[in-house]
Amino acid sequence: MLRISSPLPGFGLGMGLLLAGLSLVVLLPLAALLGEGIAMGPAALAGHLASPRVLSALALSFRAALIASAFNLVFGLALAWVLTRYRFPGRRLIDAAVDLPFALPTAVAGIALTALYAPNGIFGQALAPLGITVAYTEIGIWLALVFVGLPFVVRTVQPVIDEIDRECEEASATLGASRARTLRRVVLPVLTPSLLTGFALALARSVGEFGSVIFIAGNLPGKTEIAPLLIVIRLEEYDYAGAAAIGLAMLGISFSMLLLINATQVWNRRRIGHV
Amino acid sequence: MTLAFLRNPATALAIVLAAGGAVTPTFALAETRLLNVSYDPTREFYRAYNELFTQWWEAQGHDPVTIEQSHGGSGAQARAVIDGLEAQVVTLALASDIDAIAQRSDVLSSDWQAKLPHNSAPYTSTIVFLVREGNPKGIKDWQDLIGEGVQVITPNPKTSGGARWNFLAAWGWALKASQGDEDRARDYLTQLFKHVPVLDTGARGATTTFAKRGVGDVLLAWENEAFLALAEMGDDAFDIVVPSVSILAEPPVALVEGNIESDDQREVAQAYLEYLYSPEAQALALAHYYRAWDKSRATDEDIERFPDLELVTIADFGGWAEAQPRFFGDGGIFDQIYAD
Repeated sequence: MLRISSPLPGFGLGMGLLLAGLSLVVLLPLAALLGEGIAMGPAALAGHLASPRVLSALALSFRAALIASAFNLVFGLALAWVLTRYRFPGRRLIDAAVDLPFALPTAVAGIALTALYAPNGIFGQALAPLGITVAYTEIGIWLALVFVGLPFVVRTVQPVIDEIDRECEEASATLGASRARTLRRVVLPVLTPSLLTGFALALARSVGEFGSVIFIAGNLPGKTEIAPLLIVIRLEEYDYAGAAAIGLAMLGISFSMLLLINATQVWNRRRIGHV
Repeated sequence: MTLAFLRNPATALAIVLAAGGAVTPTFALAETRLLNVSYDPTREFYRAYNELFTQWWEAQGHDPVTIEQSHGGSGAQARAVIDGLEAQVVTLALASDIDAIAQRSDVLSSDWQAKLPHNSAPYTSTIVFLVREGNPKGIKDWQDLIGEGVQVITPNPKTSGGARWNFLAAWGWALKASQGDEDRARDYLTQLFKHVPVLDTGARGATTTFAKRGVGDVLLAWENEAFLALAEMGDDAFDIVVPSVSILAEPPVALVEGNIESDDQREVAQAYLEYLYSPEAQALALAHYYRAWDKSRATDEDIERFPDLELVTIADFGGWAEAQPRFFGDGGIFDQIYAD
């Protein structure tokens, strides 16, 4: 019997609730998906994935998620920095607005972005003379994913920036380091773990994003058709195995990427020591 | 200690799961209820029809009945019924979706379509073009859709029932235009989809893309959706263009035998579907821009709205059982068009 001595009782109840909750919400659906994959066998699985259309949808989903998360990494860091380090009127309002993508139904975000960036929308009309079309192209997909991923980076980096000891930066400056060097050698190393975590969360969130993207993507097979939409299309064809195959592929790739990011975290921590 | 058993994770897990099972509610049926599972563009029609039916039903001396509606993409609605949504009545966009319910579950027998008149389609529609006011691109027929610089809006036939009718209407015209040459029909469809900049997942989404977002020059639409768009957004924004050939779209209805719980419920469900064919309900369908069969109670305005045109039918394609896999199945003609 597993016993961990703790001054507070309730380990059994807590563990039971944890197992029940986790099983119902996470483990059972994933096991069903894996079971479907095992039932069809690796050959059939590969067969479902080998079509150019599936491959291009998977490539699009992961490419767009990577681009959007990379953008959020830079933009989110800047936003978090400004929000924590400076005091200006309206700061709290902007700070609250960062959470909106969490709260807003993603379909609403998708429709709003499409309305703004469609050829007859305010931004769409302004960008048209420059030859840039956002809605119904891959750029539209990036935009939607930037929207849903932004709060993840900001909210993971913000508390860390808040805790950075400003004296370290001042010491670095008095010791003759340039601003760029202070940023590179003093500030960024401290922020790296939280930046990576934020990046990983934003990436994981945007790879599977469906609601906002289908409104702004053109949904053309091989061009702007994302993998989650292809899963829905397979279900409409009653092709449950085909849908499960794409789901498994997404699960596998996402899991590997998160693993890679975690490994980078560990490596990074060893390199610069615990921060 | 009284709560000692809670220390054991397995016991606690079992208790939590049992508690979850114990609170499963059991509802008592106070009155007869019907759930009608339908597709997107019928919202307005069934809202009006349910009122008409319940009034008539109570006037016949029956107990009151509560009718609940559910709307969504036709294919997704069919899947919900297969997965256990307890609909007593389904009213979907095409027969193949009801066929799918019959094939993939045991709630419906496969001869459902013979049980009501007109292939179980109390109202029909067709596919027309909605163009911008004044028809600036001069679109008159299917051939003009693949003209230089013309953009066509249609939803994805994989996810939208209406889009399948669009696709087959285009195919029907192309076959007629080329004296039955299937290769040329395929070429035409390939060309046509090169002119499609956005594939929405449903008919309502495509209407929004065209009407609200200003994308595209032509919308391939259900005739009833096109009239509705004119009625709701003003007829000075769009024009309807009727092509030389289109398709007779038959959205069918069926009683879902396996979800009937009592004789009372069966009686109401049966009456609900049969009353759709009554002169009053047919007039209501005509007023909601559907082509209905019985015009005896309809106003002249509702009858004269519909132009005559040559219509191919789904039977020309060998019925949905043949057309569905051939055109829209995995690796079917629609997939081949995008693979080229």
